[in-house]
Amino acid sequence: MDKIVNREALVGELNKKFGDCAEIFEDNTNQSIKVKPEKIVEVMQEIRENPDYDFKVLMNLSSVDYPENFTVVYHLNSLTYYHKLTVKVELDKAKPQVPSITSLWIAANVQEREVYDLMGIEFTGHPNLKRILLSDDFDGHPLRKDFKN
Amino acid sequence: MLKTQELTLNMGPQHPSTHGVFRCVLKLEGEYIRECVNHTGYLHRGLEKLAEARTYSQFIPYNGRLDYVSGMLNELSYVQTVEKLMGITEEIPERAQYLRIILGELQRLASHAIYVGTFALDMAGFTPFMYAFRDRDRMLDLIEAASGQRLMPNYMRIGGVAADLDEEWFKELEILMNDMPACIDEYDGILTGNEIMRARTIGVAPVSAEMALSYGFTGPNLRASGFDYDLRRDEPYGIYDRFKFDVPVRKDGDTYDRYCIRVAEMRESVKIIKQAMKDIPEGPIMAKVPKVIKPPVGEAFHRIENSKGHLGFHIVSDGSTKPYRTRIYSPCFVNLGFLPTTAKGLHLMDLVVALASIDIVLGEVDR
Repeated sequence: MDKIVNREALVGELNKKFGDCAEIFEDNTNQSIKVKPEKIVEVMQEIRENPDYDFKVLMNLSSVDYPENFTVVYHLNSLTYYHKLTVKVELDKAKPQVPSITSLWIAANVQEREVYDLMGIEFTGHPNLKRILLSDDFDGHPLRKDFKN
Repeated sequence: MLKTQELTLNMGPQHPSTHGVFRCVLKLEGEYIRECVNHTGYLHRGLEKLAEARTYSQFIPYNGRLDYVSGMLNELSYVQTVEKLMGITEEIPERAQYLRIILGELQRLASHAIYVGTFALDMAGFTPFMYAFRDRDRMLDLIEAASGQRLMPNYMRIGGVAADLDEEWFKELEILMNDMPACIDEYDGILTGNEIMRARTIGVAPVSAEMALSYGFTGPNLRASGFDYDLRRDEPYGIYDRFKFDVPVRKDGDTYDRYCIRVAEMRESVKIIKQAMKDIPEGPIMAKVPKVIKPPVGEAFHRIENSKGHLGFHIVSDGSTKPYRTRIYSPCFVNLGFLPTTAKGLHLMDLVVALASIDIVLGEVDR
């Protein structure tokens, strides 16, 4: 099974440092935290650089279209401790926007473009936010549940 | 005075050196690249969306269409994610676990054989290609004998594997595994020490350890840059913790190192298969899994060491027979992000080698 990081301590530390920004997210994996969208870059930078956590690897960046919100999911891994963390950001259905983390990982560049392309989530501050898999004149975002062909 | 004009060159989507329908637009100054822009999506079939309209079992054959030279491993990653979601990881029968390892490693050998062959082909060396494909065909014959198909096996099942394998099959496998070390020596002999090959690859398109992490490199490409990290050893899935094998690591992260890692990994795969062949027990090949698969509400993220890097699946279940969301983390797609930065200042013919060295398969890039 995956090694799990002490989420209480992590969330406490983040909230102390950046104001009220993170909370524990209860799901079946027991390794998720929820972060406010506007604080995502600071939080990601902190858990990446902090030697206690050392989340140097962005394992996956994806998104889910829930009935109540859009959720962007970041899966992180550490190469020193091998522990895992899932960072979730819940976004407004009407205007899904979240700051881009391309400044931290180049790997996020293409993955954010893909999420933008297929799910229609806007990553502010992304250097080149264009469609990556579908053609430029494609209408709509196919991974949304309300997408009609 | 001669005036040098900047030339825009469209490489791909139908170009033999892009390994599929990948296109990059190059701005050239003479033969040197000033700018490179990636264009992907020519093979986009919307697999993630298709998964939402299929039951969990129905999606297994689609995995062969991801990275179509390592179908077994793709399926393994998918079925293990669903098993994790259902909480039946521990219930997979022993024999099925061993069969998964044997066929997975056989597929890795076949995938790396393609890599070695096409890598030489991209440097205009045709003979090594024949050597590699000669051996790859024997592996594919075995995969065909096990599953009925050469490239898209549809062999893994949620809870086990589709078919048991008999003595005859294992005899053939043993002959191949005994031949393989000599075959790999042949690759080494014709390629690794070759002067042209070394001149074309050493020091070309190096990726530092720090950049490799930022680019999101995984698997062999990450190890070429100096990270001693292999999921099979460090975070074992299935029964990989029972086998003894080395994890080859190189320091420089250049094109030559990325090639050497693959050849070294082939030797390790042979070791793993030989151990698994010796230890494989008799017994059932399927766990008791319900006919209709309905994982509990929740989500799971799981990845395995695929031949190209870490292939991950993030599956969200709403408790019904179909997944609410399936996300495929494709190592090729993310690895390809290194090209625009690395290509700057590179010679045009070196770009082809650099692209071949990270081993992309467009079926997985575009999904």
